[in-house]
Amino acid sequence: MTTADKRGAITLPPAIDQGDRERLQKTWEPRTGFIGWITSVNHKTVGKRYIATALIFFLFGGLEAGMIRLQLSRPDNGILGPDLYNQIFTMHGTTMMFLFAVPIMTAIGIYLVPLMIGARNIAFPRLNALGFWVYLIGGGFLYVMFFMNTGPDAGWTAYTPLSGPEYGFGKRVDIWAQMVTFTEISALIAALEIITTIFKMRAPGMTFSRLPLLVWAQLVTAFMVMFAMSSVATGSIMLAADRLIATHFFNPAEGGDVLLWQHLFWFFGHPEVYIIFIPALGMVSQIVTTFTGRPVFGYPVVVTALIATAVIGFALWVHHMFATSVHQLGESFFTAASTMISIPTGAQIFCWLATIWLGRPVWKTPLLFVIGFIVVFVMGGLTGVMLASVPFDLQAQDTYFVVAHLHYVLIGGAIFPLLGAFYYWFPKVTGRMMSERLGKWNFWLLFVGVNVTFFPMHILGLRGMTRRIYTYSDAMGWGTLNLIASVGAVIIVASMAVFAFNLFWSLRKGEAAGANPWNADTLEWATTSPPPPYNFVDTPVVIGRDGLWDYGDEFPVITGLHTDRPEVLITSVMTAEPRYRHEAPSPTFAPLVMGVLIGAMLIAGVFTPWGLVYGTAFIGIPFYMWAWPDKREHERNLREENEKRLEKKEAA
Amino acid sequence: MKHSRAAVLLACCTSACSGFDRQSAVDPAGPQAESIEHLFVFMVVIAVVVYIAVIGATIAIIRRRKATDEDPRSPSREASAARAIKLAIGVVVPVLFVLLVYDFSVGRSVNAMTNTPMLTVELTGHRWWWEVQYEDPIPQNRVRTANEMHIPVGRPVNVKLASHDVIHSFWVPNLAGKKDLIPGHVNEVIIQADKPGVYRAQCAEFCGAQHANMSMMVVAESPERFSKWIASQRQVPAPPVDTLAARGQTVFEGGQCAMCHAVASTRAAASIGPDLTHVASRLTIAAGTLKNTTANLGGWIVDPQGIKPGVDMPSNALSPTDLRALLAYLRTLQ
Repeated sequence: MTTADKRGAITLPPAIDQGDRERLQKTWEPRTGFIGWITSVNHKTVGKRYIATALIFFLFGGLEAGMIRLQLSRPDNGILGPDLYNQIFTMHGTTMMFLFAVPIMTAIGIYLVPLMIGARNIAFPRLNALGFWVYLIGGGFLYVMFFMNTGPDAGWTAYTPLSGPEYGFGKRVDIWAQMVTFTEISALIAALEIITTIFKMRAPGMTFSRLPLLVWAQLVTAFMVMFAMSSVATGSIMLAADRLIATHFFNPAEGGDVLLWQHLFWFFGHPEVYIIFIPALGMVSQIVTTFTGRPVFGYPVVVTALIATAVIGFALWVHHMFATSVHQLGESFFTAASTMISIPTGAQIFCWLATIWLGRPVWKTPLLFVIGFIVVFVMGGLTGVMLASVPFDLQAQDTYFVVAHLHYVLIGGAIFPLLGAFYYWFPKVTGRMMSERLGKWNFWLLFVGVNVTFFPMHILGLRGMTRRIYTYSDAMGWGTLNLIASVGAVIIVASMAVFAFNLFWSLRKGEAAGANPWNADTLEWATTSPPPPYNFVDTPVVIGRDGLWDYGDEFPVITGLHTDRPEVLITSVMTAEPRYRHEAPSPTFAPLVMGVLIGAMLIAGVFTPWGLVYGTAFIGIPFYMWAWPDKREHERNLREENEKRLEKKEAA
Repeated sequence: MKHSRAAVLLACCTSACSGFDRQSAVDPAGPQAESIEHLFVFMVVIAVVVYIAVIGATIAIIRRRKATDEDPRSPSREASAARAIKLAIGVVVPVLFVLLVYDFSVGRSVNAMTNTPMLTVELTGHRWWWEVQYEDPIPQNRVRTANEMHIPVGRPVNVKLASHDVIHSFWVPNLAGKKDLIPGHVNEVIIQADKPGVYRAQCAEFCGAQHANMSMMVVAESPERFSKWIASQRQVPAPPVDTLAARGQTVFEGGQCAMCHAVASTRAAASIGPDLTHVASRLTIAAGTLKNTTANLGGWIVDPQGIKPGVDMPSNALSPTDLRALLAYLRTLQ
C-alpha cells in the first residue's frame, strides 16, 4: 500500500522504482516508431486510431449533410441532380450510423474501459487491432467507390426491392451491403472484447455494484451489438446473395418477401439507435458525477434503466414499419413498447437532475453539454412518444417530422454527450486541457444551430414535406422554412469548426493537465495523462463504488504481476477476486495482414462470388502467423516450470 | 368537362392559388385526418406541458444558490430527491397510459368499416406515376386513369394498394395517414373527404431517382359532379375531326408514344406508361409535376429527361409540325 494525494496529481506508488517502470515500458511497448505504431495491439493506440478515423468519417458525413441542406435551401434548386442527391443522402445516413456513431462509441469503450476497470490492456488485443483494420478498409472502400460515382443510392435502410437486383443498378448496393459486413465484423469483435474485459479483467474489488456507469453502459451496449448485428448480418448476406448469385429471398415473384428485409434490418436498426445512445448515457453519468462532486443519485435506478432500455429496445422495431400495414394487435404491442421505453430514459434524466440539485455543480464545458443534451434530447424523446402512436405515425412517417425527431434524438442524445466527453477525457488522452472559452463557443453555436436547423423540420413534415426528395416546387410553400434550416446548418458547421480548431490547438498549446485535473472518481484518473502503455504501474484495488474518492490517504494496490512480460490480472466474474496472471499477446503484423486479406476477400466478393471462396483459403496464412508460438516465450515457460518442480521437490 | 375542372379550380383558389389545397396533415378535410389531427393536438399539448416542466426544473436546479456548508451527500436531501423522482415518474406513467388509450381508440376508429357502401379504387404504384382504376361489377364500367383520383365528398373510399415495381407509399395528408404499396402484398386504406377540394398526394416511401416528383391529385367533388366525371371517363374519345388533330393521332399511333401509352378505341394499347384516354381532362401531367397546359405538355414530350431526370419516358425528337399536331390531338382527349 502506498500513499497518494486524493485531490491533486496522483503520487505514483514509490514502492516501484524507476527501473521497474522502464522495464514495464519496454515490455508493453517493445517496438517504437512507425513499425511499433502499425503493429501495436495496445488498446489505447487502437482506440485513438478508431476515434480519429471515426472523426474523419464524421467530417465526411457532415459535408454530405451540408450539401443536402444546400440543395434544399430553396425550391426547384438545381445544384444536385437526383442521382447525386440520392447517393449523398444515402452516404450521409450510412456514414453517420455505420462509420461514425457506432464506431466512435465503441472506440471510446476500447480506450476507456480497460483504464476505468484498472486493467493493463483489453482482452484479445490482437483481435482488437484487427477490428480496426477491417473497419478502416470497409469505410475506405465505400468512400473510394463513392468518389468514383458508385456510391449506394437506395437510402441507408436499403429497402428491397429498390436495393434488389432488379432496381438497384450496377454495384452500388453491393458495395453498401459489403460495407455493412465490414462494420459488422469490427463491431462484433469490439463487443466480444468489451464483454470479456469487463467480465474477467476488472481490478480486484470492483464488483458489479461498484462498476462505473460508463462501463455498465458499454457492457449493456456490447450485448446489444451481439444480438442486433447478427440480424443485419443475416439480412445483408441475403441481400448480397440475391444480387450476386440470384437467390430470391426478397423476390415476391419467386416466393420471397420484400418485407423480410425490413424486419431483419429494423431488428438491428432500432437497437442500433440505443447502441449509439446507451454509451452516451454512460458518458453523461460520468460527467455529472465528476462535475457535481458526488456520485450519481440512484445508481441502481440508472443501471436498471440502462438494462431495461436495452431489453425494450429490441421490442420496437416494427414502429418503423407501421405504414406497411401491421395487424392491429401487433400495432398496439409495438405502440405500447415504444411508449414504455421513454420511462427508463426519463428516470435517468430525473436522476441526473437530482444529482445536480444535490451536488455542487462546476459549470465547465462538459457539464454544459450535459444540459444541452437534456434540453435537445427531451424534445426528441417527446416527439418519439408521439410517433409511437400508429395513427399519428402514419401521418408523420417518412416526412421531415421524423427527420426532425431523429436528429433531435441522435444529436441531442449522442453528439452533445460525445462532445462533452471529448472535453472531459481529452486531458486524459493527450495530457492537455481543451480551451474552455472555445468550448463554450462550440456549445452555444451547436445548441443554436441544431434548433434552428431541425425545429422547422417538424413543421415542414406536418405540412407534407416527405423525406428523401431532391427537390420541391415553389407551390408547396416549403421554401422559407427550408431556408431557415439551411441557415441553421451553417451555424452547426461554424460550431464544428470551432471544435476542430479547439482539438488541434489544445493538442499543441493546451494547458498541461496532470493526472486528475477534474478531481474525478474513476480509475483512469489514477494514472498519468496520457497513460503509459501499461496503464498502471500496479493494479489498483477498489474498495467502494466511488473509486478514488473512497481512498482517503491510502492508495491500495495489488502487486505481483511480472514486469518483464506483458501480464494482465484475471479476476472472477462476479466478485472480482484475483484468479490468475495471464500473459497478453505481443505486438504483431498479423492483424494488419489479416485485415488486408479479409478486406481483399470481401471487396473481391462484391464482384464475384469466387472472391469469398479463394479469400477464405488465403486467410489461413495470417491465421498461422497469429497463432504461431514465440520460441523464446515457450522456452522460458518450460524453464520456469522445471524450476518450480525442482523447488517443490526440495521442499518435500 | 371543362367547366367542371374550372369550378374545382375556383373552389380551391380560396385556400391556395397553386391549384390544390395546401398539402398538410394539420389541415384536415376528412374524418380520418381530422381525428388524427385531434390526437396530434392533444399530444402536442401534453408534450409542451412535459417539456416546460422538465426544462423549468432544469433551470431551477441550475439557478439554485447553494449554502457553502451544504453537504452534497446529506441523506435528508437525498430523501427529498427520491420523493421528487418518484413523483415525477408517478405523474409520467399515468399520462402515458392516457395517451395510449386515446391513441388506440383513434387507431381503431380510422380503420373502422362503415355501413355506407364504399367506393373501391385500385391504386398501383409505378416508377414514378400512379395508376388508378375504379372497380365496377360491370367490366366495361371500370375506369382507368392516372395520377388523378376523383372521389365523391362524404363517402368513404377504400383504396386498394399494390405496386408494380418497388415500394411506394400513398399519402394524402389532408385526408388520411399513409399506407405503403408493396410488391407481393395488397394493402388497403380508407379515405374520405368532407369538403370539396383538390388534395395533393405524394409518394412517401423512397422509390428511386424521381421519388420527389411522384405525386397525384385527389379531387373531392360533390356526388353529382363525381357521377358526371365517372360517366365522362367511361366514354371513348371521338376520333378527331380537325385535320391537325387527326394528323396528331397518326403521330401518336405511329411513333414512340404508342409503345408505352394507351388511348381507348385506338391502336395505342400499351400499359407501360399512364393511360392517356382522357389526358386533357387532368389537372397535371408527369405525376403532379407540371400543370396540364399545352406548353407544359409540349415541353414534357420533347424533353422528359430534363424535367424528371431518370424517368422511363424517352426524349422525343419530333418535328415542330408533328409536335403541334400531337399536342392538338392530345388536347382533344377530354
